[in-house]
Amino acid sequence: MCAEQISIFIENKEGRLAEVTAILRDADVNIRALSLADTTDFGVLRLIVNNNDRAEKALKKEGFTVGITQVLAVEVKDEPGGLNDILDPLSENEVNVEYMYAFANPQCKNAIMIFRFDDHDKALKILAEKKIKVISKQEICNL
Amino acid sequence: MSIYNINFETMPREGIEAIQLKRLQATIERIYVTVPFYKKVFDTAGIKPADIKSLEDLQRLPFTTKLDLRDNYPYDMFAVPMENIVRIHASSGTTGKPTVVGYTKRDLDTWAELMARSFAAAGATSGDIIHNAFGYGLFTGGLGVHYGAEKLGASVIPVSGGNTKRQITIMQDFKPTILTGTPSYILHLAEVADEMGVDFKDLHFKSGIFGAEPWSENMRAELEEKLHLKAMDIYGLSEVIGPGVSIECYEEQKGLHVFEDHFIVEIIDPESGEVLPYGETGELVFTSITKEAFPIIRYRTKDITRLNPEPCTCGRTHIRMNKPSGRTDDMLIIRGVNVFPSQIESVLMETKQIHPHYQLVVDRINNLDTLTVKVEIDEALFSDEIKTLQTMEQKISNDIKEYLGVSAKVMFVEPKTITRSEGKAVRVIDNRKF
Ligand SMILES: [Zn+2]
Repeated sequence: MCAEQISIFIENKEGRLAEVTAILRDADVNIRALSLADTTDFGVLRLIVNNNDRAEKALKKEGFTVGITQVLAVEVKDEPGGLNDILDPLSENEVNVEYMYAFANPQCKNAIMIFRFDDHDKALKILAEKKIKVISKQEICNL
Repeated sequence: MSIYNINFETMPREGIEAIQLKRLQATIERIYVTVPFYKKVFDTAGIKPADIKSLEDLQRLPFTTKLDLRDNYPYDMFAVPMENIVRIHASSGTTGKPTVVGYTKRDLDTWAELMARSFAAAGATSGDIIHNAFGYGLFTGGLGVHYGAEKLGASVIPVSGGNTKRQITIMQDFKPTILTGTPSYILHLAEVADEMGVDFKDLHFKSGIFGAEPWSENMRAELEEKLHLKAMDIYGLSEVIGPGVSIECYEEQKGLHVFEDHFIVEIIDPESGEVLPYGETGELVFTSITKEAFPIIRYRTKDITRLNPEPCTCGRTHIRMNKPSGRTDDMLIIRGVNVFPSQIESVLMETKQIHPHYQLVVDRINNLDTLTVKVEIDEALFSDEIKTLQTMEQKISNDIKEYLGVSAKVMFVEPKTITRSEGKAVRVIDNRKF
Protein backbone atom coordinates (compact mmCIF):
# COMPACT_ATOMS: atom_id res chain seq x y z
CA MET A 1 0.00 0.00 0.00
CA CYS A 2 1.36 3.39 -1.01
CA ALA A 3 1.44 6.59 0.90
CA GLU A 4 -1.38 9.03 0.36
CA GLN A 5 -0.86 12.72 0.07
CA ILE A 6 -3.44 15.39 0.62
CA SER A 7 -3.22 18.34 -1.75
CA ILE A 8 -5.08 21.60 -1.40
CA PHE A 9 -5.58 24.50 -3.75
CA ILE A 10 -4.80 27.83 -2.10
CA GLU A 11 -4.72 31.35 -3.44
CA ASN A 12 -1.60 33.36 -2.75
CA LYS A 13 -3.06 35.45 0.01
CA GLU A 14 -1.41 36.54 3.16
CA GLY A 15 -2.00 34.17 6.07
CA ARG A 16 -3.70 31.50 3.99
CA LEU A 17 -1.14 28.81 4.87
CA ALA A 18 -1.53 29.50 8.57
CA GLU A 19 -5.29 29.17 8.20
CA VAL A 20 -4.88 25.70 6.70
CA THR A 21 -2.56 24.54 9.43
CA ALA A 22 -4.90 25.96 12.07
CA ILE A 23 -7.80 23.97 10.60
CA LEU A 24 -5.68 20.81 10.83
CA ARG A 25 -4.62 21.64 14.37
CA ASP A 26 -8.23 22.11 15.43
CA ALA A 27 -9.10 18.78 13.81
CA ASP A 28 -6.29 17.20 15.84
CA VAL A 29 -4.34 16.26 12.72
CA ASN A 30 -0.57 15.98 12.88
CA ILE A 31 1.39 17.16 9.85
CA ARG A 32 4.31 14.85 9.04
CA ALA A 33 5.56 16.68 5.99
CA LEU A 34 4.53 19.62 3.88
CA SER A 35 5.53 21.21 0.63
CA LEU A 36 4.16 24.26 -1.12
CA ALA A 37 4.47 24.80 -4.84
CA ASP A 38 3.27 28.13 -6.04
CA THR A 39 2.83 30.53 -8.92
CA THR A 40 2.15 34.25 -8.67
CA ASP A 41 -1.58 33.64 -8.22
CA PHE A 42 -2.05 30.31 -6.53
CA GLY A 43 -0.29 27.44 -4.88
CA VAL A 44 -0.77 23.77 -4.22
CA LEU A 45 -0.09 22.68 -0.71
CA ARG A 46 0.89 19.02 -0.36
CA LEU A 47 0.70 17.32 2.98
CA ILE A 48 1.50 14.03 4.57
CA VAL A 49 -0.52 13.72 7.77
CA ASN A 50 -1.28 11.11 10.38
CA ASN A 51 -5.00 10.95 9.61
CA ASN A 52 -6.09 11.57 6.02
CA ASP A 53 -9.81 11.11 6.54
CA ARG A 54 -9.98 13.57 9.37
CA ALA A 55 -7.83 16.11 7.50
CA GLU A 56 -9.84 15.81 4.31
CA LYS A 57 -13.14 16.18 6.10
CA ALA A 58 -12.02 19.23 8.08
CA LEU A 59 -10.60 21.00 5.02
CA LYS A 60 -13.61 20.29 2.84
CA LYS A 61 -15.88 21.56 5.58
CA GLU A 62 -14.01 24.86 5.39
CA GLY A 63 -14.61 24.99 1.65
CA PHE A 64 -11.21 23.93 0.33
CA THR A 65 -10.76 21.87 -2.80
CA VAL A 66 -8.91 18.78 -1.64
CA GLY A 67 -7.25 16.09 -3.73
CA ILE A 68 -5.87 12.74 -2.65
CA THR A 69 -2.79 11.58 -4.54
CA GLN A 70 -0.94 8.29 -4.38
CA VAL A 71 2.72 9.05 -3.75
CA LEU A 72 5.72 6.88 -2.93
CA ALA A 73 7.46 7.24 0.42
CA VAL A 74 10.97 5.87 0.46
CA GLU A 75 13.53 5.87 3.24
CA VAL A 76 16.86 7.34 2.14
CA LYS A 77 20.08 6.34 3.85
CA ASP A 78 21.88 9.13 5.64
CA GLU A 79 25.06 8.81 3.56
CA PRO A 80 26.52 10.25 0.33
CA GLY A 81 24.70 8.90 -2.72
CA GLY A 82 21.70 7.75 -0.72
CA LEU A 83 19.28 9.57 -3.02
CA ASN A 84 21.04 8.37 -6.17
CA ASP A 85 20.52 4.75 -5.18
CA ILE A 86 16.83 5.42 -5.62
CA LEU A 87 16.77 7.85 -8.53
CA ASP A 88 19.33 6.23 -10.83
CA PRO A 89 17.47 3.01 -11.59
CA LEU A 90 14.33 5.04 -12.20
CA SER A 91 15.84 7.55 -14.57
CA GLU A 92 17.55 4.70 -16.44
CA ASN A 93 14.06 3.38 -17.07
CA GLU A 94 12.73 6.80 -18.05
CA VAL A 95 10.63 7.33 -14.95
CA ASN A 96 10.71 11.00 -14.05
CA VAL A 97 10.10 12.85 -10.83
CA GLU A 98 7.20 15.30 -10.97
CA TYR A 99 8.05 16.58 -7.51
CA MET A 100 9.59 15.41 -4.28
CA TYR A 101 10.04 16.56 -0.72
CA ALA A 102 11.48 15.09 2.43
CA PHE A 103 11.01 14.79 6.15
CA ALA A 104 13.11 13.26 8.90
CA ASN A 105 12.18 9.84 10.19
CA PRO A 106 11.70 10.46 13.92
CA GLN A 107 12.80 6.89 14.66
CA CYS A 108 16.29 7.10 13.15
CA LYS A 109 18.74 9.37 11.37
CA ASN A 110 17.38 8.65 7.89
CA ALA A 111 15.15 10.88 5.82
CA ILE A 112 11.89 9.84 4.26
CA MET A 113 11.43 11.13 0.73
CA ILE A 114 8.01 11.61 -0.77
CA PHE A 115 8.03 11.14 -4.56
CA ARG A 116 5.44 11.78 -7.20
CA PHE A 117 6.59 10.06 -10.41
CA ASP A 118 5.12 10.50 -13.86
CA ASP A 119 4.59 6.72 -13.95
CA HIS A 120 3.61 5.59 -10.50
CA ASP A 121 3.16 1.89 -11.27
CA LYS A 122 6.39 1.54 -13.20
CA ALA A 123 8.28 3.29 -10.39
CA LEU A 124 6.80 0.90 -7.86
CA LYS A 125 7.85 -2.09 -9.94
CA ILE A 126 11.43 -0.87 -10.39
CA LEU A 127 11.81 -0.09 -6.70
CA ALA A 128 10.57 -3.58 -5.85
CA GLU A 129 13.07 -5.11 -8.30
CA LYS A 130 15.87 -3.12 -6.65
CA LYS A 131 14.62 -4.25 -3.24
CA ILE A 132 14.12 -0.66 -2.14
CA LYS A 133 11.56 -0.51 0.61
CA VAL A 134 8.47 1.60 0.03
CA ILE A 135 6.87 2.82 3.23
CA SER A 136 3.16 2.14 3.57
CA LYS A 137 0.40 4.54 4.51
CA GLN A 138 -0.02 2.68 7.78
CA GLU A 139 3.64 2.99 8.68
CA ILE A 140 3.56 6.71 8.06
CA CYS A 141 0.50 7.13 10.26
CA ASN A 142 2.26 5.22 13.02
CA LEU A 143 5.52 7.15 12.91
CA MET B 1 -43.09 10.63 -31.67
CA SER B 2 -45.61 12.02 -34.09
CA ILE B 3 -45.43 15.33 -35.92
CA TYR B 4 -48.64 17.35 -35.71
CA ASN B 5 -48.44 19.05 -39.10
CA ILE B 6 -46.23 16.80 -41.16
CA ASN B 7 -46.58 18.86 -44.37
CA PHE B 8 -45.33 22.09 -42.91
CA GLU B 9 -42.98 20.82 -40.21
CA THR B 10 -40.95 18.57 -42.51
CA MET B 11 -41.07 20.75 -45.62
CA PRO B 12 -37.79 21.02 -47.55
CA ARG B 13 -35.85 24.27 -47.21
CA GLU B 14 -36.82 25.70 -50.61
CA GLY B 15 -40.48 25.13 -49.83
CA ILE B 16 -40.23 26.90 -46.48
CA GLU B 17 -38.43 29.84 -48.05
CA ALA B 18 -40.96 30.17 -50.85
CA ILE B 19 -43.81 30.25 -48.34
CA GLN B 20 -41.92 32.69 -46.14
CA LEU B 21 -41.38 35.14 -48.99
CA LYS B 22 -45.01 34.99 -50.15
CA ARG B 23 -46.32 35.50 -46.62
CA LEU B 24 -43.79 38.22 -45.83
CA GLN B 25 -44.75 40.20 -48.92
CA ALA B 26 -48.45 39.90 -48.07
CA THR B 27 -47.79 41.04 -44.49
CA ILE B 28 -45.72 44.06 -45.56
CA GLU B 29 -48.28 45.14 -48.15
CA ARG B 30 -51.06 44.91 -45.61
CA ILE B 31 -49.42 46.71 -42.70
CA TYR B 32 -48.15 49.48 -44.94
CA VAL B 33 -51.74 50.58 -45.34
CA THR B 34 -53.22 49.49 -42.01
CA VAL B 35 -50.60 50.42 -39.40
CA PRO B 36 -49.46 54.09 -39.53
CA PHE B 37 -46.37 53.25 -37.49
CA TYR B 38 -45.06 50.84 -40.14
CA LYS B 39 -45.91 53.21 -43.01
CA LYS B 40 -43.93 55.91 -41.25
CA VAL B 41 -40.82 53.81 -40.54
CA PHE B 42 -40.81 52.24 -44.01
CA ASP B 43 -41.17 55.67 -45.61
CA THR B 44 -38.34 57.02 -43.48
CA ALA B 45 -36.17 54.09 -44.57
CA GLY B 46 -37.21 54.74 -48.19
CA ILE B 47 -38.76 51.32 -48.72
CA LYS B 48 -41.99 50.51 -50.50
CA PRO B 49 -43.73 47.14 -50.08
CA ALA B 50 -42.93 46.31 -53.71
CA ASP B 51 -39.19 46.54 -52.89
CA ILE B 52 -39.41 43.29 -50.90
CA LYS B 53 -38.49 40.85 -53.66
CA SER B 54 -36.47 38.28 -51.74
CA LEU B 55 -36.06 37.11 -48.15
CA GLU B 56 -32.76 39.03 -48.02
CA ASP B 57 -34.73 42.24 -48.56
CA LEU B 58 -36.13 41.78 -45.07
CA GLN B 59 -32.75 43.03 -43.84
CA ARG B 60 -33.53 46.44 -45.33
CA LEU B 61 -36.48 46.91 -43.00
CA PRO B 62 -36.01 48.70 -39.70
CA PHE B 63 -36.23 46.87 -36.37
CA THR B 64 -39.17 47.13 -34.01
CA THR B 65 -38.38 47.51 -30.32
CA LYS B 66 -40.24 47.32 -27.05
CA LEU B 67 -40.09 51.12 -26.99
CA ASP B 68 -42.01 51.34 -30.28
CA LEU B 69 -44.73 49.16 -28.78
CA ARG B 70 -44.95 51.38 -25.71
CA ASP B 71 -45.21 54.49 -27.88
CA ASN B 72 -48.19 52.93 -29.61
CA TYR B 73 -49.93 51.86 -26.40
CA PRO B 74 -52.48 50.39 -26.29
CA TYR B 75 -53.97 49.68 -29.73
CA ASP B 76 -52.01 51.64 -32.34
CA MET B 77 -50.02 48.63 -33.58
CA PHE B 78 -53.19 46.67 -34.38
CA ALA B 79 -53.67 45.99 -38.09
CA VAL B 80 -57.38 45.17 -37.98
CA PRO B 81 -60.41 47.07 -36.66
CA MET B 82 -61.39 46.36 -33.04
CA GLU B 83 -64.48 44.44 -34.14
CA ASN B 84 -62.21 41.75 -35.56
CA ILE B 85 -60.18 41.46 -32.34
CA VAL B 86 -61.41 38.60 -30.16
CA ARG B 87 -58.71 38.46 -27.47
CA ILE B 88 -56.32 40.86 -25.78
CA HIS B 89 -53.24 39.93 -23.79
CA ALA B 90 -50.62 42.10 -22.14
CA SER B 91 -47.12 41.54 -20.84
CA SER B 92 -46.38 42.93 -17.43
CA GLY B 93 -44.45 46.16 -17.64
CA THR B 94 -41.79 46.20 -14.97
CA THR B 95 -41.04 49.75 -16.01
CA GLY B 96 -43.71 51.90 -17.52
CA LYS B 97 -46.71 50.64 -19.43
CA PRO B 98 -47.34 47.02 -20.37
CA THR B 99 -47.21 45.81 -23.97
CA VAL B 100 -50.69 45.11 -25.34
CA VAL B 101 -51.30 42.55 -28.07
CA GLY B 102 -54.47 41.48 -29.86
CA TYR B 103 -55.66 38.38 -31.73
CA THR B 104 -58.27 37.74 -34.40
CA LYS B 105 -60.16 34.44 -34.52
CA ARG B 106 -57.69 33.18 -37.10
CA ASP B 107 -54.72 34.29 -34.94
CA LEU B 108 -56.08 32.20 -32.08
CA ASP B 109 -56.38 29.23 -34.43
CA THR B 110 -52.80 29.72 -35.57
CA TRP B 111 -51.59 29.97 -32.00
CA ALA B 112 -53.52 26.86 -30.94
CA GLU B 113 -52.01 24.97 -33.88
CA LEU B 114 -48.49 26.06 -32.90
CA MET B 115 -49.07 24.93 -29.33
CA ALA B 116 -50.56 21.62 -30.55
CA ARG B 117 -47.41 21.14 -32.65
CA SER B 118 -45.36 21.94 -29.55
CA PHE B 119 -47.18 19.34 -27.47
CA ALA B 120 -46.67 16.73 -30.18
CA ALA B 121 -42.96 17.63 -30.36
CA ALA B 122 -42.76 17.06 -26.60
CA GLY B 123 -44.25 13.60 -26.99
CA ALA B 124 -47.90 14.34 -26.18
CA THR B 125 -50.88 12.76 -27.97
CA SER B 126 -54.66 13.14 -27.74
CA GLY B 127 -54.60 10.44 -25.06
CA ASP B 128 -52.61 12.57 -22.63
CA ILE B 129 -53.77 14.53 -19.60
CA ILE B 130 -52.11 17.92 -19.37
CA HIS B 131 -51.57 19.64 -16.03
CA ASN B 132 -51.21 23.30 -17.00
CA ALA B 133 -49.58 25.27 -14.21
CA PHE B 134 -48.90 28.36 -16.33
CA GLY B 135 -50.83 31.35 -14.98
CA TYR B 136 -54.16 32.11 -16.66
CA GLY B 137 -54.88 35.77 -17.31
CA LEU B 138 -53.34 38.65 -19.20
CA PHE B 139 -50.13 36.60 -19.39
CA THR B 140 -50.11 34.46 -22.57
CA GLY B 141 -48.77 31.31 -20.88
CA GLY B 142 -51.94 29.81 -19.39
CA LEU B 143 -54.44 30.35 -22.19
CA GLY B 144 -51.91 29.79 -24.98
CA VAL B 145 -51.03 26.36 -23.65
CA HIS B 146 -54.67 25.62 -22.85
CA TYR B 147 -56.04 26.04 -26.36
CA GLY B 148 -53.14 24.12 -27.86
CA ALA B 149 -53.85 21.18 -25.57
CA GLU B 150 -57.51 21.21 -26.62
CA LYS B 151 -56.59 21.51 -30.30
CA LEU B 152 -54.42 18.41 -29.92
CA GLY B 153 -57.41 16.64 -28.39
CA ALA B 154 -55.71 16.03 -25.06
CA SER B 155 -57.45 16.55 -21.70
CA VAL B 156 -56.33 19.76 -20.09
CA ILE B 157 -56.49 20.52 -16.36
CA PRO B 158 -56.47 24.35 -16.09
CA VAL B 159 -54.90 24.57 -12.61
CA SER B 160 -52.98 27.80 -13.29
CA GLY B 161 -50.28 28.88 -10.81
CA GLY B 162 -50.44 28.87 -7.02
CA ASN B 163 -52.26 26.76 -4.43
CA THR B 164 -49.39 24.33 -4.67
CA LYS B 165 -50.55 21.68 -2.20
CA ARG B 166 -53.86 21.33 -4.01
CA GLN B 167 -51.94 20.97 -7.28
CA ILE B 168 -50.06 18.02 -5.86
CA THR B 169 -53.27 16.34 -4.72
CA ILE B 170 -54.68 16.87 -8.22
CA MET B 171 -51.54 15.27 -9.68
CA GLN B 172 -52.05 12.22 -7.45
CA ASP B 173 -55.78 11.88 -8.15
CA PHE B 174 -56.19 13.04 -11.77
CA LYS B 175 -53.04 11.29 -12.98
CA PRO B 176 -51.82 13.91 -15.50
CA THR B 177 -49.08 12.75 -17.88
CA ILE B 178 -47.77 16.09 -19.19
CA LEU B 179 -46.73 19.00 -16.98
CA THR B 180 -46.47 22.63 -18.11
CA GLY B 181 -45.31 25.71 -16.22
CA THR B 182 -42.41 28.02 -15.52
CA PRO B 183 -39.34 26.03 -14.45
CA SER B 184 -38.93 28.01 -11.23
CA TYR B 185 -42.53 27.35 -10.15
CA ILE B 186 -42.23 23.68 -11.09
CA LEU B 187 -39.10 23.32 -8.95
CA HIS B 188 -40.99 24.96 -6.09
CA LEU B 189 -43.79 22.48 -6.66
CA ALA B 190 -41.29 19.62 -6.46
CA GLU B 191 -40.04 20.95 -3.12
CA VAL B 192 -43.55 21.16 -1.70
CA ALA B 193 -44.28 17.64 -2.94
CA ASP B 194 -41.16 16.47 -1.16
CA GLU B 195 -42.29 18.13 2.10
CA MET B 196 -45.66 16.41 1.71
CA GLY B 197 -43.89 13.08 1.28
CA VAL B 198 -45.04 12.73 -2.35
CA ASP B 199 -42.53 11.14 -4.69
CA PHE B 200 -42.85 12.07 -8.37
CA LYS B 201 -41.84 8.57 -9.36
CA ASP B 202 -45.24 7.45 -8.05
CA LEU B 203 -46.94 10.02 -10.31
CA HIS B 204 -47.48 9.58 -14.04
CA PHE B 205 -45.61 12.31 -15.88
CA LYS B 206 -43.65 11.49 -19.03
CA SER B 207 -42.91 15.00 -20.34
CA GLY B 208 -42.73 18.52 -19.07
CA ILE B 209 -42.91 21.70 -21.14
CA PHE B 210 -41.24 24.54 -19.32
CA GLY B 211 -40.67 28.13 -20.35
CA ALA B 212 -41.48 31.84 -20.03
CA GLU B 213 -38.10 32.35 -18.37
CA PRO B 214 -34.59 31.26 -19.33
CA TRP B 215 -33.36 28.06 -17.73
CA SER B 216 -30.06 26.21 -17.90
CA GLU B 217 -28.98 22.67 -18.70
CA ASN B 218 -28.28 22.29 -14.97
CA MET B 219 -31.91 23.07 -14.26
CA ARG B 220 -32.94 20.50 -16.86
CA ALA B 221 -30.94 17.84 -15.05
CA GLU B 222 -32.52 18.86 -11.75
CA LEU B 223 -36.07 18.95 -13.15
CA GLU B 224 -35.69 15.58 -14.86
CA GLU B 225 -34.23 13.93 -11.78
CA LYS B 226 -36.74 15.33 -9.31
CA LEU B 227 -39.84 15.01 -11.48
CA HIS B 228 -39.10 11.75 -13.33
CA LEU B 229 -39.95 13.19 -16.75
CA LYS B 230 -38.27 14.55 -19.87
CA ALA B 231 -38.05 18.33 -19.71
CA MET B 232 -38.51 20.38 -22.89
CA ASP B 233 -37.88 24.09 -23.28
CA ILE B 234 -40.59 26.16 -24.95
CA TYR B 235 -40.02 29.68 -26.17
CA GLY B 236 -42.37 32.48 -26.97
CA LEU B 237 -43.23 36.03 -26.16
CA SER B 238 -46.51 37.84 -26.38
CA GLU B 239 -45.15 40.38 -28.88
CA VAL B 240 -44.53 37.52 -31.34
CA ILE B 241 -47.59 35.39 -30.41
CA GLY B 242 -47.04 33.81 -26.99
CA PRO B 243 -45.71 30.34 -26.10
CA GLY B 244 -45.24 28.14 -29.17
CA VAL B 245 -42.82 30.20 -31.23
CA SER B 246 -40.28 27.41 -30.83
CA ILE B 247 -39.88 24.19 -28.86
CA GLU B 248 -37.38 21.40 -28.25
CA CYS B 249 -38.22 18.00 -29.64
CA TYR B 250 -38.48 14.90 -27.44
CA GLU B 251 -35.92 13.08 -29.60
CA GLU B 252 -33.03 15.51 -29.27
CA GLN B 253 -33.80 18.10 -26.58
CA LYS B 254 -31.10 20.07 -28.31
CA GLY B 255 -32.22 23.39 -29.71
CA LEU B 256 -35.75 24.68 -30.16
CA HIS B 257 -37.40 24.27 -33.58
CA VAL B 258 -38.75 27.64 -34.72
CA PHE B 259 -42.06 27.29 -36.59
CA GLU B 260 -40.72 28.89 -39.73
CA ASP B 261 -43.91 28.79 -41.76
CA HIS B 262 -45.23 31.43 -39.33
CA PHE B 263 -42.11 33.32 -38.23
CA ILE B 264 -38.85 34.43 -39.81
CA VAL B 265 -35.99 34.29 -37.35
CA GLU B 266 -32.73 36.23 -37.55
CA ILE B 267 -29.67 36.62 -35.34
CA ILE B 268 -28.14 40.06 -35.33
CA ASP B 269 -25.14 41.78 -33.85
CA PRO B 270 -26.81 43.77 -31.06
CA GLU B 271 -24.40 46.66 -31.60
CA SER B 272 -24.34 47.11 -35.36
CA GLY B 273 -27.71 45.51 -36.15
CA GLU B 274 -26.04 43.45 -38.86
CA VAL B 275 -27.45 39.98 -39.57
CA LEU B 276 -25.03 37.25 -38.46
CA PRO B 277 -24.45 33.93 -40.23
CA TYR B 278 -25.78 30.65 -38.79
CA GLY B 279 -23.89 29.50 -35.74
CA GLU B 280 -22.85 32.94 -34.54
CA THR B 281 -24.16 34.20 -31.24
CA GLY B 282 -26.23 37.36 -31.13
CA GLU B 283 -29.66 38.81 -30.52
CA LEU B 284 -32.76 36.93 -31.60
CA VAL B 285 -35.10 38.84 -33.95
CA PHE B 286 -38.55 37.69 -35.09
CA THR B 287 -40.88 38.68 -37.91
CA SER B 288 -44.43 37.32 -37.96
CA ILE B 289 -45.75 36.38 -41.39
CA THR B 290 -49.24 35.04 -40.73
CA LYS B 291 -50.59 37.15 -37.89
CA GLU B 292 -53.57 39.37 -38.67
CA ALA B 293 -54.20 41.52 -35.59
CA PHE B 294 -50.68 42.21 -34.39
CA PRO B 295 -48.12 41.68 -37.12
CA ILE B 296 -44.59 42.40 -35.99
CA ILE B 297 -41.56 43.17 -38.15
CA ARG B 298 -38.02 42.38 -37.01
CA TYR B 299 -38.82 42.50 -33.32
CA ARG B 300 -35.72 42.67 -31.15
CA THR B 301 -36.18 40.19 -28.31
CA LYS B 302 -32.97 41.07 -26.42
CA ASP B 303 -32.49 37.30 -25.99
CA ILE B 304 -29.06 35.95 -26.86
CA THR B 305 -28.69 32.70 -28.74
CA ARG B 306 -27.57 31.19 -32.04
CA LEU B 307 -29.21 29.25 -34.86
CA ASN B 308 -28.49 25.72 -36.00
CA PRO B 309 -29.68 24.79 -39.53
CA GLU B 310 -28.49 21.14 -39.26
CA PRO B 311 -31.20 18.55 -39.98
CA CYS B 312 -32.69 17.03 -36.83
CA THR B 313 -33.26 13.33 -36.15
CA CYS B 314 -36.92 14.05 -35.30
CA GLY B 315 -37.61 14.77 -38.96
CA ARG B 316 -38.50 18.44 -38.57
CA THR B 317 -36.82 20.70 -41.09
CA HIS B 318 -37.43 23.89 -39.14
CA ILE B 319 -34.31 25.63 -37.92
CA ARG B 320 -33.31 25.26 -34.30
CA MET B 321 -32.35 28.06 -31.93
CA ASN B 322 -30.19 27.22 -28.94
CA LYS B 323 -31.62 27.65 -25.47
CA PRO B 324 -31.40 31.42 -24.94
CA SER B 325 -28.35 31.96 -22.79
CA GLY B 326 -28.70 35.53 -21.67
CA ARG B 327 -29.95 39.00 -22.47
CA THR B 328 -28.31 41.72 -24.53
CA ASP B 329 -28.34 43.81 -21.36
CA ASP B 330 -25.55 41.50 -20.05
CA MET B 331 -23.31 42.07 -23.05
CA LEU B 332 -19.79 43.37 -22.60
CA ILE B 333 -17.74 45.07 -25.27
CA ILE B 334 -14.07 44.36 -24.76
CA ARG B 335 -11.64 45.94 -27.21
CA GLY B 336 -14.46 46.14 -29.72
CA VAL B 337 -15.47 42.50 -29.35
CA ASN B 338 -18.94 41.61 -28.07
CA VAL B 339 -18.65 39.16 -25.19
CA PHE B 340 -21.53 37.43 -23.47
CA PRO B 341 -20.92 35.69 -20.15
CA SER B 342 -22.77 32.69 -21.58
CA GLN B 343 -20.11 32.26 -24.28
CA ILE B 344 -17.40 32.00 -21.64
CA GLU B 345 -19.58 29.48 -19.83
CA SER B 346 -19.81 27.36 -23.00
CA VAL B 347 -16.03 27.37 -23.38
CA LEU B 348 -15.61 26.29 -19.77
CA MET B 349 -18.16 23.53 -20.17
CA GLU B 350 -16.53 22.26 -23.33
CA THR B 351 -13.10 22.28 -21.74
CA LYS B 352 -13.96 20.05 -18.83
CA GLN B 353 -17.55 18.93 -19.33
CA ILE B 354 -18.39 20.61 -16.08
CA HIS B 355 -20.28 23.65 -15.01
CA PRO B 356 -17.91 25.72 -12.92
CA HIS B 357 -18.58 28.96 -11.11
CA TYR B 358 -16.91 31.77 -12.94
CA GLN B 359 -16.75 35.54 -13.06
CA LEU B 360 -15.61 38.01 -15.68
CA VAL B 361 -13.63 40.96 -14.39
CA VAL B 362 -13.05 43.78 -16.84
CA ASP B 363 -10.52 46.51 -16.14
CA ARG B 364 -9.09 49.34 -18.14
CA ILE B 365 -5.33 49.52 -17.67
CA ASN B 366 -3.42 52.21 -19.61
CA ASN B 367 -6.47 52.73 -21.81
CA LEU B 368 -6.54 49.05 -22.69
CA ASP B 369 -9.42 46.81 -21.70
CA THR B 370 -8.37 43.63 -19.96
CA LEU B 371 -10.52 40.60 -19.25
CA THR B 372 -9.83 38.25 -16.39
CA VAL B 373 -11.90 35.09 -16.10
CA LYS B 374 -11.94 33.80 -12.56
CA VAL B 375 -12.85 30.14 -12.26
CA GLU B 376 -13.54 28.48 -8.95
CA ILE B 377 -11.49 25.34 -8.72
CA ASP B 378 -13.41 22.19 -7.92
CA GLU B 379 -12.35 18.57 -7.61
CA ALA B 380 -12.82 17.89 -11.31
CA LEU B 381 -10.43 20.69 -12.24
CA PHE B 382 -7.95 20.31 -9.43
CA SER B 383 -4.59 18.63 -9.76
CA ASP B 384 -1.74 18.26 -7.30
CA GLU B 385 0.62 19.40 -10.05
CA ILE B 386 1.11 23.10 -10.71
CA LYS B 387 2.09 22.31 -14.28
CA THR B 388 -1.26 20.67 -14.98
CA LEU B 389 -3.18 23.56 -13.48
CA GLN B 390 -1.23 26.12 -15.47
CA THR B 391 -1.66 24.14 -18.67
CA MET B 392 -5.39 24.09 -18.06
CA GLU B 393 -5.54 27.83 -17.44
CA GLN B 394 -3.66 28.33 -20.67
CA LYS B 395 -5.92 25.98 -22.59
CA ILE B 396 -9.06 27.77 -21.43
CA SER B 397 -7.46 31.08 -22.30
CA ASN B 398 -6.57 29.79 -25.79
CA ASP B 399 -10.10 28.45 -26.29
CA ILE B 400 -11.61 31.80 -25.33
CA LYS B 401 -9.28 33.51 -27.78
CA GLU B 402 -10.20 31.06 -30.50
CA TYR B 403 -13.98 31.08 -30.02
CA LEU B 404 -14.54 34.66 -28.94
CA GLY B 405 -11.57 36.44 -30.46
CA VAL B 406 -10.67 38.16 -27.22
CA SER B 407 -7.63 37.66 -25.01
CA ALA B 408 -8.40 36.73 -21.45
CA LYS B 409 -6.32 35.87 -18.43
CA VAL B 410 -7.77 32.78 -16.78
CA MET B 411 -7.27 32.60 -13.06
CA PHE B 412 -8.21 29.71 -10.82
CA VAL B 413 -9.56 30.78 -7.44
CA GLU B 414 -10.63 28.96 -4.32
CA PRO B 415 -14.20 27.64 -4.08
CA LYS B 416 -16.89 30.03 -2.83
CA THR B 417 -14.72 33.10 -3.39
CA ILE B 418 -16.70 34.50 -6.31
CA THR B 419 -19.16 37.12 -5.13
CA ARG B 420 -22.67 35.83 -4.86
CA SER B 421 -25.81 37.86 -4.65
CA GLU B 422 -28.86 36.13 -3.22
CA GLY B 423 -27.23 32.77 -3.89
CA LYS B 424 -26.47 33.53 -7.54
CA ALA B 425 -22.93 34.14 -8.70
CA VAL B 426 -22.22 37.67 -9.87
CA ARG B 427 -21.07 36.96 -13.42
CA VAL B 428 -19.59 40.30 -14.40
CA ILE B 429 -17.59 42.94 -12.61
CA ASP B 430 -16.84 45.85 -14.91
CA ASN B 431 -14.33 48.20 -13.32
CA ARG B 432 -14.08 50.45 -16.37
CA LYS B 433 -15.24 54.01 -16.10
CA PHE B 434 -16.96 55.30 -19.19
ZN1 LIG C 1 -35.94 17.86 -33.62
